[in-house]
Amino acid sequence: MKFAILVNEGPYTHQASDTAFQFAKAVLAKGHEIFRVFFYHDGVNNATRLTTPPQDDRNIVNRWSKLAEEHNLDMVVCVAAAQRRGIVDDGEMKRNGKDATNLAPGFRISGLGQLIEAGIQADRLVVFGD
Amino acid sequence: MLHIINKSPYDRPALDSALATGEGAILLIEDGVYAAAKGGKEEAKIKAAMGKFKFYALSQDLEARGIADRVADGVTAVDYAGFVDLVAEYKTNQSWL
Amino acid sequence: MTTKQFMFVNRKAPYGTIYAWEALEVVLIAAAFEQDVSLAFLDDGVYQLKKGHQTKGIEVKAFEKTWGALEDYDVTKLYVDQESLAERGLTADDLAVPVEVLSRAEIGKLMEAQDVVLSF
Repeated sequence: MKFAILVNEGPYTHQASDTAFQFAKAVLAKGHEIFRVFFYHDGVNNATRLTTPPQDDRNIVNRWSKLAEEHNLDMVVCVAAAQRRGIVDDGEMKRNGKDATNLAPGFRISGLGQLIEAGIQADRLVVFGD
Repeated sequence: MLHIINKSPYDRPALDSALATGEGAILLIEDGVYAAAKGGKEEAKIKAAMGKFKFYALSQDLEARGIADRVADGVTAVDYAGFVDLVAEYKTNQSWL
Repeated sequence: MTTKQFMFVNRKAPYGTIYAWEALEVVLIAAAFEQDVSLAFLDDGVYQLKKGHQTKGIEVKAFEKTWGALEDYDVTKLYVDQESLAERGLTADDLAVPVEVLSRAEIGKLMEAQDVVLSF
């Protein structure tokens, strides 16, 4: 079965991203497919490579990047939500005249259409938020 | 359909909102699992709704909060794999955020 | 393109958090993708539809104009929970757009019939 996952909260403040991650791992362990993980609202903050949690804590951002690499996941960050919150890739940096990027590996920035497409293509879409 | 509740019933009425829709399955996750604790005022509500709803609670969230040993009768503890199975089983799901 | 039934469940008040506003942005994209879109307003979500928002003082964009835009996108299925209105002292006359007022159980049935339910 094809799953899509929507993450609406950032890392650490809410459990949403943790639960979504554990759910994603369980989906893959069961042999299902993940069509896409979409990050919206403060969920876009899961995609900044500049986070530095204490060493004895989980690294939520790296964990997503690693999962994406291992399973070839498509992880999409909403462009409008990302612009509001300062999540920047090369294209966004040039387009908006910024002096830095912070998008973590495995993530890409794209439009909300990617969320609707996930809803169309996947058999199930599960929302994680606050 | 599957209703996913992540709010403590003592903080926000997400569980009540879901129950008012009629029937289906309720999965309690994150702070939502506090509804499943025996002896709390939500226990009676869950018991009364059992004819219409099946109740599940995420075991990792119960354990994290120290209430895995006091889950109300009729509430089934499931792990993340069970969470995935429930989502697969029901055609639609709604997260009562 | 495949058409699916998308229901957007709005349960949060406007302005206090951004959820309602960003949800509306998704609704418009879903409509642009020519999906079968409906909106359900429950709990504090009914406050999004209240007439007469004056948001100049808080320097935030108001919702009211956007509700009008929904019709341009052929989004006309707006369902509002009767109980949520009543417990907040509101009636359909207090709302900025025409809606269908339904019981919670009726909204539950509609929700169950969807392909995709999105909540923010």
